[in-house]
Amino acid sequence: MGEPALEIDHLTKRYGDVVALDGMTFDVRAGELFGFVGSNGAGKTTTMRIALGVLAADGGEVRWAGSPITAQNRRHVGYMPEERGLYPKMKVGEQLVYLTRLHGWSASAAHKAVDEWLERLGVASRREDNVESLSLGNQQRVQLAAALLHDPQILVLDEPFSGLDPVAVEVMSEVLVEKCRAGVPVVFSSHQLDLVERLCDRVGIVRSGSMVACGPVDELRAGGRTRLSVDAPGARDGWTDGMPSVTVLERAGTRTIVELAEGADDQQVLQAALATGPVREFARHRPSLTELFRNVVTENQGANR
Amino acid sequence: MTQANIDYGSRQAVGLVAGREISTRMRSKAFRVFTGLMMALMIIGVLIVKLISGMSSGPDATIGVTAQTAGLAAPVTATAKGIGENIATRQVASEADGNKQITDGKLDALLVGTGSDVQVVVKKELDRKLQTVFDSFAGQQALNNQIHKLGGDPGQVATQVGQAKATVKPLEPPYPYDVAQLVLGAAAGVLIYLVMMMNAQAIAQGVVEEKQSRVVELLLATVKPWQMLFGKILGIGALGLAQMVLIGAAAVIPAALTGLLPSVGAAAGTVVWLVVWFVLGFLAYALVFAGLGALVSRQEDIGQVISLPLMLLIAGYVVGISVLPSNPGSRFVEILSIIPTFSPTLMPMRIGMGGVPVWEIVLALVLLVAFIPGLLWLSARIYRNAIVRTGTKVRFRDALRAA
Repeated sequence: MGEPALEIDHLTKRYGDVVALDGMTFDVRAGELFGFVGSNGAGKTTTMRIALGVLAADGGEVRWAGSPITAQNRRHVGYMPEERGLYPKMKVGEQLVYLTRLHGWSASAAHKAVDEWLERLGVASRREDNVESLSLGNQQRVQLAAALLHDPQILVLDEPFSGLDPVAVEVMSEVLVEKCRAGVPVVFSSHQLDLVERLCDRVGIVRSGSMVACGPVDELRAGGRTRLSVDAPGARDGWTDGMPSVTVLERAGTRTIVELAEGADDQQVLQAALATGPVREFARHRPSLTELFRNVVTENQGANR
Repeated sequence: MTQANIDYGSRQAVGLVAGREISTRMRSKAFRVFTGLMMALMIIGVLIVKLISGMSSGPDATIGVTAQTAGLAAPVTATAKGIGENIATRQVASEADGNKQITDGKLDALLVGTGSDVQVVVKKELDRKLQTVFDSFAGQQALNNQIHKLGGDPGQVATQVGQAKATVKPLEPPYPYDVAQLVLGAAAGVLIYLVMMMNAQAIAQGVVEEKQSRVVELLLATVKPWQMLFGKILGIGALGLAQMVLIGAAAVIPAALTGLLPSVGAAAGTVVWLVVWFVLGFLAYALVFAGLGALVSRQEDIGQVISLPLMLLIAGYVVGISVLPSNPGSRFVEILSIIPTFSPTLMPMRIGMGGVPVWEIVLALVLLVAFIPGLLWLSARIYRNAIVRTGTKVRFRDALRAA
């Protein structure tokens, strides 16, 4: 049945009257980087906490390799909580050894892994220091080490890039890609949409506790109506008036962005543009993930309230 | 390819958590300083008691007698003994020599005169107790003279008076409390109270530290809440026990060496009972403190959530230490010492002092043990529900209700 995947199936969770999750569903396949985006309070953190067993769901199921995830499976998950946390008054090395042993490692294997990762993340010299004495950036590196040390089979990272300096962002990206290439399903949430767009194979956009768009970034960007970007210096306002299937979305300088109705002919638009004079650019406009995100989020808000 | 043994059981999980608590706490300066200080205080306390008791074994006062009053030495000493004063007598060369010795502070009083009446020379004023001795002696002399005049034999009268006693029939035979045992019981009470207090608070602080630093979320992804809770209580409890045994040993060993112990058996019994009460009492209080600690997200807020159980713990101790030494048979304390909230501090105190009926000990133990499963359930539930809810204080009711 192929490589093991992490499946989130119709999770629901309420806090009193507040609905935190409302049928949250998606899956992360082996060797896939899955980006989880949505506004604050959309349910990303709650989903991850439930996947890790830190919270219990009211309904729905989390499956790993086809069967409901168990406490034992969860020890294979590398987790980075949104709220970073380590014992402030415990030494870096000792703390990481402890956390690794909680994942079932022997003391000697844990020591070896800690040495390797501290070296790799460039904090080997702080092994004997208390966590609270480290800079924020170094604390983040230790936190990342805590998520990766036990050679996880699944990675669940809540906002792994927040608070990182550019160098650490690069290190983190490398590590995620490397893990993903090794066949580990990786899911992470982020508000840095450019990073998500660059790194992820698939993206899920959440709103009010459920998934509103999910798929490969290219597919999401290609979806919806065709948009064209036309740069025609001679065109005046209303140059598209003769074409009822064309709507002008934006005019900026000599550039016009139009949206075509279902079945409209883009060549007709080109001819109309040429009729106004020279055309410097005529291209399909593909929305960035940021635009997509904005559309998805606002669209639904309008529909609901 | 992974080196993990993810199927490890609860025992290892609890063991790992407990192990971390122990190694962290052993390095804590507060813990080490407190333990060392308490041990030093115990040793010093024993030495001071020894010193005081050594001094009071000599005579309370020394009385000088002249050649004329030498015959009064024996009857005065006897009278003094009758009213609980231990005096020594010494004959001086002359009255002048005696006066000089009084001025120098070598004698407390000098009996002068002819021996027919009682005349006492002192430096400034007569000690109140000695005054009683001499007054009583003078009265005795007067009585003897009168008996003599009436033709009786003062010796015979004295013997008969000495033998006459009221017959007392106690309805409840009193327990003969011994001062040394009262001290032992009070010391046991202070010890178990301080160690429980310190370590139960450490439990609450530890729970909040994990919640405040958010590390608990990382931990709960690998171990279950009850394993966390139990490991923590086990680790801190084991160290608390070790601490109590160390401090106890610092008191018992020097006391045994200097011969201060009422009986080695009583001391050993007290220590065994201390261990039993500490294990059960600490478990109960630690469960409460851990559950309540999980409600708040900041160290500053611990005080307000643990105030009620803390007051109960303090109340038991304060009542015990202020009532029992002067009134070890107090009915009020007897009843309190059976109630589970107070028994961990009061019962070992009473057992140390002696005279506790076995059924009372058994009843108190049974009640406390019966109390624990309920606390365990409550504490685990509150902890599980509240520990990842950071921010404002979680209300007790919400923590109980939420699934």
